[in-house]
Amino acid sequence: MLRFPLVAAAIALAALVVVGAGAPAGARTAPKAFPVTIVTAEGKITVAKRPLRVISLSPTATESLFAIGAGPQVVAVDNQSDYPKSVPKTSLSGYTPNVEAIAGYRPDLVVAAYDPKGLSAALRKLGIPVVVQGAASTFKGAYQQIRQLGLVTGHVSNAARVITGMKTKINRIVRASRPKAGGLSVYHELTPDLYSASTKSFVGKVYEALGLRNIADSADTAGTGYPQLSAEYVVSQSPDLIVLADSVCCGQTAATVAARPGWDRIKAVRSGSIVRIDDSIASRWGPRLVNFFRALASALGRLS
Amino acid sequence: METAAARVAYVRPRGLTPLWAGAAVAFLVGALVIGVLVGPIDLGLGPILESVAARLHVPGVSSSLSPTDNAILWEIRMPRVVLGALVGGMLALSGATYQGVFRNPLADPYLLGVAAGAGLGATLAIAYLPEGLRGQQALPVAAFLGGGAAVVLTYSVGRSASRGRDAVTLVLAGVTVASFFTALQTFVQQENADTLQQVYTWILGSIPSSGWSDVVLILPYVTLASAVILAHRRVVDVLSLGDDEARSLGVDVRRVRLVLVVAATVGTAAAVAVCGLIGFVGIIVPHAIRMLAGTGYRALLPLSVVAGAGFLVLADVIARTALAPAEIPLGIVTAFFGAPFFALVLRTTRGGAA
Repeated sequence: MLRFPLVAAAIALAALVVVGAGAPAGARTAPKAFPVTIVTAEGKITVAKRPLRVISLSPTATESLFAIGAGPQVVAVDNQSDYPKSVPKTSLSGYTPNVEAIAGYRPDLVVAAYDPKGLSAALRKLGIPVVVQGAASTFKGAYQQIRQLGLVTGHVSNAARVITGMKTKINRIVRASRPKAGGLSVYHELTPDLYSASTKSFVGKVYEALGLRNIADSADTAGTGYPQLSAEYVVSQSPDLIVLADSVCCGQTAATVAARPGWDRIKAVRSGSIVRIDDSIASRWGPRLVNFFRALASALGRLS
Repeated sequence: METAAARVAYVRPRGLTPLWAGAAVAFLVGALVIGVLVGPIDLGLGPILESVAARLHVPGVSSSLSPTDNAILWEIRMPRVVLGALVGGMLALSGATYQGVFRNPLADPYLLGVAAGAGLGATLAIAYLPEGLRGQQALPVAAFLGGGAAVVLTYSVGRSASRGRDAVTLVLAGVTVASFFTALQTFVQQENADTLQQVYTWILGSIPSSGWSDVVLILPYVTLASAVILAHRRVVDVLSLGDDEARSLGVDVRRVRLVLVVAATVGTAAAVAVCGLIGFVGIIVPHAIRMLAGTGYRALLPLSVVAGAGFLVLADVIARTALAPAEIPLGIVTAFFGAPFFALVLRTTRGGAA
């Protein structure tokens, strides 16, 4: 999901507002048992009792719900949710959601990544609480979303455990990899037409944490997080590491990258430091963030 | 036929004057030079000239560029400039041809549904092709076929609907087919939301940095299409008078229109296949020439090729460098700079030849 930088940028902005505006405060002050009330930018959302029919229209939230043990409560997920494999996938769309189709599942909680065309307002009119979790732009924001899902589904301690596990594993990887990454540069590819992700984006934070220099940063003058780089620039920067997040969508491989005009001169191409990362791992901000760190750590291990 | 030829000669408008031909060529050469010299990476004027001279085997000159910079100049920048020139020339020529053939000043190269068809072809390729084929190679082929299919459909709808008023019916059929294909394209895209990004950037249009391969890919189509259209440039002048007038002058209107439309469509489809949808070139360039030079199609068509090539090369320089090292989609540049320029030309020449 979220292969669309403009939308992603807008969502990231919305997420800043939502997460920054009070969800964490709500998370801290909320009582342990139901009813649970969380505070978001759209106002207070109250979940009266432990939900048993949850719908997730967000692939990231789907992964998180299953990771914190709320999977059995999930009755339907959108057509982009594909992890874990056992999710109850439906034809529901998170981009063009149909309120009647969603309501037809008689949900008692809906989680979404977008709120297009008054989706949440319409569902709330039907008495269905809606939690909108846009794209996180920081690790903190990503953890807060998992914590929030724990709260509204009644898995507070599980959520805390998942978050702690993620933090521990990521810290360990960062400690081990940072010395190897010192001074190395990275190019993260979203599409074959050279859309990239700067440090402003969520994936960019991963490279920042590892101490890599992101070549997209000087191109991100607009601050969207997703600039389109010019080929001349990528070749002249000659990054040490290339991460392909367009291997599934667009069939990109180390070979297709090496075959691009002039790219055979890039350090990463010469040393074979081209990492193919599953598009969905690189574009979501859920528990599989750890897998992303792991893939990069092993690439850095090979480099040094 | 003899009398027809004589009458054609009688209505023949002003031909290509050396002044405007020279101006257009100078504009193109200037644009090409700027295109090669300017880019997101500053290679330096001297080293670029040295490298070019070395390639031309000028004795005693060797390139001082590093191997990487040399690759940037010859494998990325040069082919992109050449591709921009080919596409710009083709789009401007197709636009001018459609304007003459359909006697419609608002006709652009996408009039008969090429763009919508190519968009559907590209979207289908992005959404449904297996992973191995999904690289950049399959996309132009699918877009080309989609564009061609749309125009064939437009033609058959137009022909089945009309007897007398061919041109107008064809334009309406084009609008219909374009809407239908756009609807299909949007539906496929919605069903495959994960392809949104790719489809979106394709539709915005840009000259890819794909090296010489795309140049080689479209060169035969663009050359052939341009040659056919330019060979018929006098007939376009006759057609622009009206079907009845052209017929009375001995022109086989239907056949000639078909030849011209097929040529313009093949050329446009080839351009769209590698560059996506770049708007405005096909309208702005011919009209600007018409207002400045005030010529008939006989001169307008060749001038459009040359000036269109120069225009798109310059627009791409802006797309490459304005936010360097980031890129701006070329379609935005052509509209953003093209529209005000067009307004200026319109203003300064109002009441003139146009």
